[in-house]
Amino acid sequence: MTESLAANRLQSTGAYALELDGVARHFGALVALSGINMRIAAGERRAVLGSNGAGKTTLFNAVTGDFMPTAGRIRFFGEDITDLPPHERIRRGLRRTYQISQLFKGLSVLDSIFLACRGVSRRRFSLLRPATSDVNMVQAESILNAVHLEAYRDTLVATLSHGQQRQLEIALALAGAPRFILFDEPAAGLSPTERRDLVAILNALPRHIGYIIIEHDLDVALRVSEYVSMMHNGRLFKEGTPQEIEADPEVQEIYLGGKHG
Amino acid sequence: MSLAISTPGATQQNWLEKLGAGHIILGTALVLYPLVASDFFLTQIGGYSLIFGMLGLSLMLLAGYGGMVSLAQITVAGISAYAIAILGNNNSNVLGFGWPWWLAVPFAVLAAALASALIGWISVRTEGIYTIMITLAIATATYYFAQQNYAIFNGHSGYAGIRAPAFWGISWRDAKPFYYLCLGLAVLSYAAVLYGSRSTFGMTLQAIRDNPRRMRALGYHVTAHKVFAWLLAGVIAGLAGVLLVWFNGRVSPGTIGVDAAIDVLIIAVIGGIRHPIGPFLGALVVVLMQTFAIDIVGAERFNTLIGMVFLVIVFVSPDGILGLWGRIKPHLAQEALRPGP
Repeated sequence: MTESLAANRLQSTGAYALELDGVARHFGALVALSGINMRIAAGERRAVLGSNGAGKTTLFNAVTGDFMPTAGRIRFFGEDITDLPPHERIRRGLRRTYQISQLFKGLSVLDSIFLACRGVSRRRFSLLRPATSDVNMVQAESILNAVHLEAYRDTLVATLSHGQQRQLEIALALAGAPRFILFDEPAAGLSPTERRDLVAILNALPRHIGYIIIEHDLDVALRVSEYVSMMHNGRLFKEGTPQEIEADPEVQEIYLGGKHG
Repeated sequence: MSLAISTPGATQQNWLEKLGAGHIILGTALVLYPLVASDFFLTQIGGYSLIFGMLGLSLMLLAGYGGMVSLAQITVAGISAYAIAILGNNNSNVLGFGWPWWLAVPFAVLAAALASALIGWISVRTEGIYTIMITLAIATATYYFAQQNYAIFNGHSGYAGIRAPAFWGISWRDAKPFYYLCLGLAVLSYAAVLYGSRSTFGMTLQAIRDNPRRMRALGYHVTAHKVFAWLLAGVIAGLAGVLLVWFNGRVSPGTIGVDAAIDVLIIAVIGGIRHPIGPFLGALVVVLMQTFAIDIVGAERFNTLIGMVFLVIVFVSPDGILGLWGRIKPHLAQEALRPGP
């Protein structure tokens, strides 16, 4: 039922950024993901909700190639990427952020973003210092502004606050012309002000960049997404618009532990 | 490229500003040092500190920027020292091809760099203490191999009668020229590492040190970058090896023993591995200690004194002398060494 809903909704656009057909992942006897079917249009912004252990991060790992799926196929802009290693998927424009920040503590903010931009360019290896006019340096500067870190340009990453580190985590994912980003709990541990900032950053992303966001904070998740998929015990069990999901009694029962307000 | 038009005077000023007061004062002092130093202080303290400083620098490059602590840097230097002995002239009647220095030196440094890259390629699949263990194993194995192999390494006695060359009308074996030769190569290595630390490769290496998983996810070939760092460290250690064999006039398994390997590590730790100046400071302290401790506490206790100084420095400042400086600097409120990136 959910499948046909998604299909109807996307009929007009036709092109899919991400297609998952029957994706499953088992760890021994544990079924972390089972029969996941998902269609996400290019430029679409999707939230994936679910309680802890629902399989959300495993879903991300399967898409990025960090864990290969046990069954099923994954297509990225029409191309079957199921068997590609992670770095090949990155070169095709797929990015992710991590639940726990994976940063370079000994580098400055700008240098970190510069390396992220350089990583997907052909000139990854150079013994020369990059000029300020270097194309990747210019890209890094503009990403710096996009994630509101311009005041911390030359600050050592280790000395950034948690919230700023989460912003930098997003900056690294924006490097090098991404087409689709997987955000893994970007708001975890952020203060209310920082959450507002995060929502502004996500809503200001260029329209052609689609994403999936895993987020426990419904306030954030429902304000940055156009469509919501609910997961439970490794399965997708409901999809709908943010308004539908928010009002759904079953969702409230499982996810919020009963009807609220 | 900046479009600002600058006068030659301004450019010159920029250069001096970029160089920094600390570098200018230190550089002038090192150049003028022979005016006040005796031959003994020029070579035994000055030259020797610069050579061991370069060895420490090659370790600093790997450990400070790459997070790979190697105990095999003296082994790499030993390979180039043996290569100089074998390719050039010696008086041991085993091997000696009699190549001129300008052919032998590049070959020796190349051999050292390739050996270093090989050691790196073997050890980059390990991390932390396991890198130390595997490089210690390689250093020990090379030491015993050199000691027991007579066809190439001439066993226990090694090679003697190796002389620094004379060219451009200068005998580079003499105290002053040899000091300046050491100073020139040390400054070159230091400047290269300092420049390289802010190059794309240098930043990549530091990022790999901090988070190899993320670097892989960003599309970088982590192993290739690490092995290349070993190759570069091998060039510096190889140059130090050439100077070492010219300084000693001989090379034997004792030159590349575990004692010497640990000395290089102590130099880097005492000096600090956050900035390329650290190993040179460490080398000066260790060489001064090794030379004069015996006069202070006698032949039986001098190693105890060296050990205690090492313990005190590490206890007071885990970042070595550089770390001490970092703590004192704010109190002095003056601009000097920049902290390493």
